[in-house]
Amino acid sequence: MHFTVCDLVLDLVQNATEAHSRIVTVAMDESDNQFRFEVQDDGKGMSPEELQKALDPFHSDGIKHPHRKVGLGLPFLVQTADQCGGGWEITSNKGQGTKVKAWFNLENVDTPPLGDIPGLIRMILLLPGPTELAVKRTLNRRNRQAHYEVRKTELQDVLGNLEEAGSQVLLNQYLHSLEEED
Amino acid sequence: MAKMTLEELRKLRDSKRNDLRKRDTEGKNIQVIVGMGTCGIAAGAKVTLDAFLKALDEKNLVDQVLIRQTGCMGLCHSEPTVEVLVPGMPTVIYGNVDDKAAKDIVEKHLIGRELLDKLILDRPAVDIINAK
Repeated sequence: MHFTVCDLVLDLVQNATEAHSRIVTVAMDESDNQFRFEVQDDGKGMSPEELQKALDPFHSDGIKHPHRKVGLGLPFLVQTADQCGGGWEITSNKGQGTKVKAWFNLENVDTPPLGDIPGLIRMILLLPGPTELAVKRTLNRRNRQAHYEVRKTELQDVLGNLEEAGSQVLLNQYLHSLEEED
Repeated sequence: MAKMTLEELRKLRDSKRNDLRKRDTEGKNIQVIVGMGTCGIAAGAKVTLDAFLKALDEKNLVDQVLIRQTGCMGLCHSEPTVEVLVPGMPTVIYGNVDDKAAKDIVEKHLIGRELLDKLILDRPAVDIINAK
């Protein structure tokens, strides 16, 4: 199982970046009692049968790891959302892409801790594959608000190669600042 | 700390770049590659990645190292796994790399140019690892 909700998001975005996508968009919406996210890619997509199989923890397409029989990414999401009064929805079209949505009740004791959002966004932006990764964040709590959108190409333009450790230190500082009050 | 704009981030970057130019930037091609598949994430690869960034920042090595993320490397039993490439040294895959191990890798492997024998999962051959 994943320790935080952020880990679940990262896992799903990692799937999207491995699906031969060019553009991956992530939206995260947080209020006092709910966290919702949506990951959309324009990658290879799945047929209804393939999607059904992807939800089975004892199935893997066998392409990346020919002899393995487990694939736990989506099953972790489904199990976690179901156990904490949340939910999930996946739509996929073969050859066109996949959209995964999930929501978590932050007041339910079984919901995992949310985790480190700026750290998650930094890791999303560093996933190899797509030419563009865009993350839209909305934080709407009683005592804290933030609305921003970051794009990999824009940050590459400012920072240069994001894989340089120095770029990541600055990126971290920037993303943390975006969570601050105006 | 107030919200930064992209322009402020650019200026910060430029000021750091000037600092870097004064230093010797030879050997910028050290690479630290962290496995970020379901298995790596579940085992705490984020903590590992954050520990590498912190240690490199503390040791003023951020201008010489690339930190990359990759998917599952097939070594799910020993996550978090980290591949380390240092020019002039054998490429190594370390297993069970928690935050403390990440700090050790920076200090002993990247700076001290020594392999951490007990953490090596794969590559180089066993006789090389134990040769002293």
